[in-house]
Amino acid sequence: MSGFAPYVPPEQLMKDRSDYARKGIARGKSVVALEYLDGILFLAENPSATLHKISEIYDRIGFAGVGKYSEFEELRIAGVQHADGRGFIYGREDVRAKALANAYSQYLSTVFTQANKPYEVEILVGELGESDSSGNELYHVLFDGSVTDEHGYVGIGGHAEELTEFLKAAYAEGWDLATSVKQAVAALSAVEDREVPPAQLEAAVIERERKGGRKFRRLSDTEIGSLLTSK
Amino acid sequence: MSDRSGEFGVNPSFIDFIRATRPEALPQMGGQGQADIGITHGTTVLGLKFPGGIVMAGDRRATEGYTIADDRMEKVFEADDLSAIAISGAAGQAVEMVRVFRLELEHYEKITGERLSLEGKSNRLAQFIRENLPMAFQGLVVVPLFGGYDPRREEGRLFRYDATGGRWEEQSFESTGSGGRPARGTLKKGWRPDIQRDEAIRLAAEALYDAAQEDIGTGGPSLAKGIFPTVLVITADGVEKLSDETLRPVVSLVVEGGDA
Repeated sequence: MSGFAPYVPPEQLMKDRSDYARKGIARGKSVVALEYLDGILFLAENPSATLHKISEIYDRIGFAGVGKYSEFEELRIAGVQHADGRGFIYGREDVRAKALANAYSQYLSTVFTQANKPYEVEILVGELGESDSSGNELYHVLFDGSVTDEHGYVGIGGHAEELTEFLKAAYAEGWDLATSVKQAVAALSAVEDREVPPAQLEAAVIERERKGGRKFRRLSDTEIGSLLTSK
Repeated sequence: MSDRSGEFGVNPSFIDFIRATRPEALPQMGGQGQADIGITHGTTVLGLKFPGGIVMAGDRRATEGYTIADDRMEKVFEADDLSAIAISGAAGQAVEMVRVFRLELEHYEKITGERLSLEGKSNRLAQFIRENLPMAFQGLVVVPLFGGYDPRREEGRLFRYDATGGRWEEQSFESTGSGGRPARGTLKKGWRPDIQRDEAIRLAAEALYDAAQEDIGTGGPSLAKGIFPTVLVITADGVEKLSDETLRPVVSLVVEGGDA
């Protein structure tokens, strides 16, 4: 049927889309990332042991997504393809988080303004610095394509702001892994206003000391348990 | 964003992804006529099983016709952390094939979150070789050995291939390349089902040494110049590439014909 589409002011259109995306994201669980002495930690509450929120992209690059699983999974796969393709055509050291964050930003921004519905996701891309933590990079990409460059700590998802506030107060440079895991769990528990059970944690690290080129490693339930109970 | 036309689910293949997006970056398949001379060839590689793992080894020589192109070439590569690929044949082609194959395994693991089974890896390699068939007709033959640790069977496994992508599993040992025949003779005499890791390493070094005696294309070890064969040991703990320091005493025993 042809006819006149009712006029919707662009401000209203964008606001409606933002509200829609935010609502979708708020339904899911959040993710925390922390720079620690020997690497970068990603930690999330995730009832599923196999449908991951946190994943490996490349040698020194990790990924976390919150919101609608099918959508951030699609973005994760596109990220792995982007990274592996770049690494093949150029060199492994030429695969960088900034280019990936920009690609996500461009794509999400296009979808936000042009598609029928925006993605209900937030993405975190973390890259481990070559020699010390001064080279670390953390990019937080929102559903509308806006990117922020974070340092030290960041929370993404429905509770992003509260998480970041909590970590801002607690964070100190040079934490070891055990402290980082404890603090990340404390932050998640504080914003959820309940104890997050250790069995439902998903965690991974990009470790500087790890042998070989691929620095990404998942932490097992046992390892998370022992880090949480360590002195 | 990702190319999913005509396929249900995500394709975890790296080579399919590159072929769809950047085909010019892949080695060109096909073409006409005989390949130009002056192609670098890698020579003898071998693999042998022992209880709990497998040894993969190769000499270090590369030839171009009657010229020695390189005396320190690596022909045995880690494919992922539980398998290795040893190549003989047209070196440029083979090295590129190994590079793409490694990425194929890594890409699969990252996309699906699961590591490909050893059976799956060896099968995928057969398809790679088959795709290289038009190049093989021009003289750019690549015939690898593929070996790895199979966590499901809890043993080392070894596969050999021919230029058409034929794949055969070997129960004991195999060697290919210009010095493959003399090397196989040595392996046949020394191998037994209960051979131990260190004996297997020594036998590999001995087979390569014998191949170098019989075949001009195979480079022998040189204690003076510090040229030692490439030896990789694959067990449940992963792939270990033996250092020159580890190999020096083994090789000097082989060269001097002493007892282990």
